[in-house]
Amino acid sequence: MLRLEGVEIAQGGFLLRADFEVVRGRRTAVIGPSGAGKSTLLGAIGGFTPLREGRLLCDGRDITDVAPGHRPIAMLFQDNNLFPHLSIAQNAGLGIRPDLKLGAEERARVAQALSRVGLEGLDARKPGALSGGQQSRAALARVLVQDRPVILLDEPFAALGPALRQDMLDLVQELATETEATLLMVTHDPADVRRIADDVIFVEGGRAAAPQPAQALLENPPPALRAYLG
Amino acid sequence: MAPRAQPIIGTSGVAAGVFVVAAVLLSFVGLGLRAEVGRGLGPAEWAAIRFTVVQAALSALLSVVVAIPLARALARRRFPGRGVLITLLGAPFILPVIVAVLGLLAVFGRTGWLNTGLGAVGLPTLSIYGLHGVVLAHVFFNLPLATRLLLQGWQSIPAERFRLAAQLNLPPRMIFRTLEWPLLKQVVPGAAALVFVICLTSFAVALTLGGGPRATTIELAIYQAFRFDFDLARASLLSLIQLGLAGGAALVALWVIPNFPLSAGLDRGLRRWDARGGWQAWGDAVVIALGSAFLLLPLFAILLAGLQGLPLMPAVVWKTAGNSLWVALLSICVLLVIALPMAGWISTRRRGSAEAIGLVGLSASPLMIGTGWFILINPIADPVPLALPVTALINALMALPFALRILVPPMRDVLATYDRLSRSLGLQGWAAWRWLVLPRLRAQIGFAAGLTGALSVGDLGVIALFADPDRATLPLQMYRLMGAYRTEAAAGAALLLLAMALSLFWLCDKGGRWHAEA
Repeated sequence: MLRLEGVEIAQGGFLLRADFEVVRGRRTAVIGPSGAGKSTLLGAIGGFTPLREGRLLCDGRDITDVAPGHRPIAMLFQDNNLFPHLSIAQNAGLGIRPDLKLGAEERARVAQALSRVGLEGLDARKPGALSGGQQSRAALARVLVQDRPVILLDEPFAALGPALRQDMLDLVQELATETEATLLMVTHDPADVRRIADDVIFVEGGRAAAPQPAQALLENPPPALRAYLG
Repeated sequence: MAPRAQPIIGTSGVAAGVFVVAAVLLSFVGLGLRAEVGRGLGPAEWAAIRFTVVQAALSALLSVVVAIPLARALARRRFPGRGVLITLLGAPFILPVIVAVLGLLAVFGRTGWLNTGLGAVGLPTLSIYGLHGVVLAHVFFNLPLATRLLLQGWQSIPAERFRLAAQLNLPPRMIFRTLEWPLLKQVVPGAAALVFVICLTSFAVALTLGGGPRATTIELAIYQAFRFDFDLARASLLSLIQLGLAGGAALVALWVIPNFPLSAGLDRGLRRWDARGGWQAWGDAVVIALGSAFLLLPLFAILLAGLQGLPLMPAVVWKTAGNSLWVALLSICVLLVIALPMAGWISTRRRGSAEAIGLVGLSASPLMIGTGWFILINPIADPVPLALPVTALINALMALPFALRILVPPMRDVLATYDRLSRSLGLQGWAAWRWLVLPRLRAQIGFAAGLTGALSVGDLGVIALFADPDRATLPLQMYRLMGAYRTEAAAGAALLLLAMALSLFWLCDKGGRWHAEA
């Protein structure tokens, strides 16, 4: 469903090539050494890094030049996923309408999403008054109301402790299943891959490989991946 | 190839920038229509140029020379009230010039405290009028600015250096050579250039303390040509001279002028181990006491005389106070409508390129713009009813460079931090202003608005060109009272004006921070 056709992403002296398709509804982990271009790949799919060559298609539609907010994509970054001056209901509401002119029905959807991620009754709180885990939940509530076919996670839970991060990944998995979304997530941890990924994209040496079934790949990694996994 | 990503805000800033440039250029058109360049410069014009440059140079020199020991003493001494004193050093920024002049007259004037004291011990008295009065007033305004700039420099010396100096037990002379002299070489030229440029376009000080063929600035000469002789050709010619002189100096100084120390943080105490010796401590104490007395006594004098004068104020003072309030509020609105989009536009651009437009306001003097517009408006409409709106607009233009200095850096931060999130949500244009920029920048917007309000309410400039008896602002009314030798009533008006300027600033500044969260 998400197709990268002869894609080349150039940033400074750095070049990343990708040519593959991500199948609908699959949960794909993007792994690879630091600086290999995992975030760059997600940034390009999200529309933040321009492509030097190639096309990006989603369900057959060319989205190469579409602005980030108009892509069928919801994305969470490593940090700054919430506006600190807005309540979490407003933060989530931005996922429905960027001008926050929400009707009663839309407000109900926000409240529903917040309670789905376990933040019932905290609508009026600002992010600063929440714990790190709750902030992640608030960001996920926004992803939920955005209701886009593709979700990109660029290590949004990296700052959380291991147990909390697993909780979040489980929640992500559930949400992705409920909304039938296709999930791409950057991770460093093979345990994360085992936990939720169907497929793995291995990024290394200026190339993002096509998705491979996770289980098979981890059991029998090619030399480069073996070196990375250690 | 994907096109370069559009910034989430900033498109309206171009329009605001064009408006500012057009407002200034329009006045050039007016001036160009009337100036008779072929007439050449007479002795009066040359005298005005000479006086303008001489007083600005002297003011810059004195301000900086006095600021060096004062900043040094403040940098290395800790004492109760230090924070308050440093905050007060920022006050001349929002202190109406005419109020300060009245305060200086109370201390240094013919019947002021100083001369009364000198007379009592049989010494000859001093006159505050003419060159030294103008310079004195300019030093009063710019000494605090220079001190803050130097203090900022002093505090940029890392604490570790002073620790090292203490460890090596360097004598004062060596501390000066190794730590302070390199700093002064860096900061002093910029501070002096800034004061020089500010003093070049001085009007209200020259109007009240200068005058006559020997003490007339170009700005004052424009006013006199316009107001007394209604010689628009001469006023235009002088305006163009003013533009060349002040604009040129501003452009040259642009490279050396440091950032305005508008922000707080200067009251941070740095632990120092040097200069513990008796004579140095006493020297610093004397410098701080004299500096504070010079800055605070005039303010105290206004308070004293003002309280006595309040009941003596004619009713017209209240009416003009209403006018001034209206002008200030309008000015704040105009400023925000111009400065916010411009700051947004500048913030999405690389450093430096677009900020220069904001400086147009500094290089073009108020009376010059006023004269140009008058020439254009006069054939079409009666300029007198427009006196107040025009004053508000020009005040906003004058405040623009300061507002941009306040708004642009935090706006850059906000855009850098939340750009990706905003774009991933499709948050842009008005929605980005409404939900991201305005709430994040509330404190700075309040500060800029407060500064503009205070500058505008206290401004005695272009209003003097246009006004008739029915349309005065409070500063102009105060000047009229002073001219009529109704000093007590003028002091009452001064106190009222001071209160208005301070409360406008305080309300906006506090309003911006009220309930503001991280």
